[in-house]
Amino acid sequence: MIPEIGHLALILALALALAQGVFGLAGAHRRDLSWMGSVRTIAYGQFAFVLISFGCLMYSFAISDFTVRYVAENSNTQLPLVYKLTAVWGAHEGSLLLWILILTIWTAGVARFSRKLPLEFVSRVLGVMGLISLGFLLFSLTTSNPFLRLLPAPLQGRDLNPILQDPMLAAHPPMLYMGYVGMSVAFAFAVAALIGGKMDAIWARWSRPWTTAAWLFLTVGITLGSWWAYYELGWGGWWFWDPVENASFMPWLAGTALIHSLAVTEKRGAFKSWTALLAIITFALSLLGTFLVRSGVLVSVHAFAISPTRGIFVLGLIGVVLGAALALYAWRAPSLSGSGGGFKWFSRETFLLLNNVLLTVAAAAVLLGTLYPLILAALGLGKISVGPPYFNRVFFPLIVPLFIVIGIGPYVNWKRGQGKRLGRRLAAPAAVAIGAGILAAIVGWASIPWPALAGGTLGLWVLASALIEPISRLRQRRTAGRSLKVPRHVLGMSMAHFGAGLLVLGVTVSSTMSIAKNVSVTPGQVVHAGSYAFTFHGVHDVRGPNYSAKQALVTASENGEPAAVLRPEKRIFSHDGTTTTEAAVDAGVFRDLYVAIGKPLGGNAWSLRVQYKPMVHFIWFGGIVMALGGLLALSDRRYRVRSKADAMADDSPAGAMPSKGRLDTPAPALAEERR
Amino acid sequence: MTPRRKRMMFVAAIVLGVGAATALGLQAFRGNLLYYFTPTQIAAGKAPIGQRFRMGGLVVPGSIHRKPGSMTVHFTLTDNHDKVPVTYTGILPDLFREGQGIVVHGKLLPDHKFVADEVLAKHSADYMPPAVAAELKAHKGAKALAATNEFK
Repeated sequence: MIPEIGHLALILALALALAQGVFGLAGAHRRDLSWMGSVRTIAYGQFAFVLISFGCLMYSFAISDFTVRYVAENSNTQLPLVYKLTAVWGAHEGSLLLWILILTIWTAGVARFSRKLPLEFVSRVLGVMGLISLGFLLFSLTTSNPFLRLLPAPLQGRDLNPILQDPMLAAHPPMLYMGYVGMSVAFAFAVAALIGGKMDAIWARWSRPWTTAAWLFLTVGITLGSWWAYYELGWGGWWFWDPVENASFMPWLAGTALIHSLAVTEKRGAFKSWTALLAIITFALSLLGTFLVRSGVLVSVHAFAISPTRGIFVLGLIGVVLGAALALYAWRAPSLSGSGGGFKWFSRETFLLLNNVLLTVAAAAVLLGTLYPLILAALGLGKISVGPPYFNRVFFPLIVPLFIVIGIGPYVNWKRGQGKRLGRRLAAPAAVAIGAGILAAIVGWASIPWPALAGGTLGLWVLASALIEPISRLRQRRTAGRSLKVPRHVLGMSMAHFGAGLLVLGVTVSSTMSIAKNVSVTPGQVVHAGSYAFTFHGVHDVRGPNYSAKQALVTASENGEPAAVLRPEKRIFSHDGTTTTEAAVDAGVFRDLYVAIGKPLGGNAWSLRVQYKPMVHFIWFGGIVMALGGLLALSDRRYRVRSKADAMADDSPAGAMPSKGRLDTPAPALAEERR
Repeated sequence: MTPRRKRMMFVAAIVLGVGAATALGLQAFRGNLLYYFTPTQIAAGKAPIGQRFRMGGLVVPGSIHRKPGSMTVHFTLTDNHDKVPVTYTGILPDLFREGQGIVVHGKLLPDHKFVADEVLAKHSADYMPPAVAAELKAHKGAKALAATNEFK
């Protein structure tokens, strides 16, 4: 009964999605107040029905209802409850339902937090989102219905893929989807602006908080995924340039570019059509990510099922969404873009332009490496694969300049930069970074490889330059002797850039100075890695709820001092005999000790992988700090939605950056605002 | 700067960026493409000697052997038509076992032995790399293995 209710709710949601699309777009076109007025309610209703549907599926998992085929395929009575519930999105059908649920959450969010936006605009945005939802509900109901029955029901389910039996399954996919799907809001805003014929600074201002929100979820999702791969897959790598990782990374790169170009559009009225195009591209890449992951064209842990119909359906959906959006763009954008504020070569606009070019070209390079083998295979032209060396070689020349300009751009004035003042502000961080680099080169002569020195200097540059603004604001507050409001969106930017600096340091140090050893060991044997000695004490059996395991005991010591006790496991799942490796990680701020056991090698010898990874946690810490920066920026009062009149008359708190900068004579940059 | 000049600058920046990316991409592409060969193609002498490529196949039951305590393992891969002996030193993935479809990266020696530097057998137990599945289908040996996929 419950699954049928879920199924029915999904069908009703489909009807509401259609109504939302029609009333939203047609209502705005006819300027029919009652039609437009109903769209919000319909959006809430659609959210409610999808939520009911999702709840029904979750309930079926909770009670292990194996008459539901999807439950039987992905759950098991022995599974701990938390994995029974997270198993809902452990495979294709359920994760698609989660995708739809999240889309309706964003839709309801837009409906709720857009009260002061013009009804016509909101109506169009919700209409576009309703049509996207319609496409995915159709996809779910026609090709991937999670509520199909399986009769006669098996006594026991097939179990969740053991690799997915990890607490991270509760966090990584929902976060990632929040990011992917959240980009649909920026997309819908752009499309609504194109339809409505008004692309202006106000449109950009409305888009910004939504884009930032989606971006921060995507950042968290990717960071968690990277961390999960690090400790679960047993190899200690944190990024593999796996097509599925690339699938999430491409929208992230485009989304990051979008955040920056939205800033230009809002402040200066420039880059308008480019920003709209970027919003379309970002969501298209999110859809492409869904296609790559869900269609089974990829060889990956994430590729659930191989089903050509599903792949073709998603591909068709991308075709329709992207085709329609690009056609609209080609038709409307030229007449709408108009001329933004002019700017000199040396200006913040130029730096943000550089940011956009580098990020989009990087995204294109990743796209090429990801799709080329797939296209070749699809055309029957041979099976090739593009390995990490390609990505590293293309990516680094693009990303290094980006991390150089990241420290300069925020301090250059809009419209026309002033070299002298800029030089004064940047002297300190440049001195810190280069000084530390030289010092490290002298102290660690010949022991530190040059890429580590260069990367470390770059990372310090990013960190130090990100601190310029917070420090000068703090200093100013002290001298002024009064509570000075520091605009949170400025602090948020500094924080996000600081996070990027941590990431650069983590990537540099961990990838150039890690030590990894694959060895055969017998009990009592010692393995040395750097200043650490790992002693292998043997292997014994342990039991878990639905698996049995061989657990090794390894103690680590540094210069004779005990440093860590590590218990890596090899788990054998009782259901189908699948084996997984549970690495043991002693995590520290500045170093991780990482031990994984391989197979028994005969006698009482085991293969053991021992790793010393300095500063590897900076990578994920950096990602989280970046996301927190986004959150901080989001909490800024300036993003609370106001009516158009408010927005026009607005003078941001502490005179941060006048929103009507375009109307002003030379817009003051950060440097001048404090005066 | 006039809007026109700005637009020109924009276009120039994009052309430059795309140009640079294409140059970098093509250069990196040439060096880093990994081709895929089947045991049959290797037996027919179609695979290059001493160049890194990928090979897929099933681990022949009973072919896995190693000296006790040694990290080096020897096994044979087949596409149910021809066989290629493989040597690998390192930690094998969890799903590596007899009868499993796997993919190896490495080089072929002049005596037609394959030295792998990477062994891939991720995913679920009944997962079959598409390339291996296609190749088995070609040799009509996939029936038993396809049966395990039926539940999907």
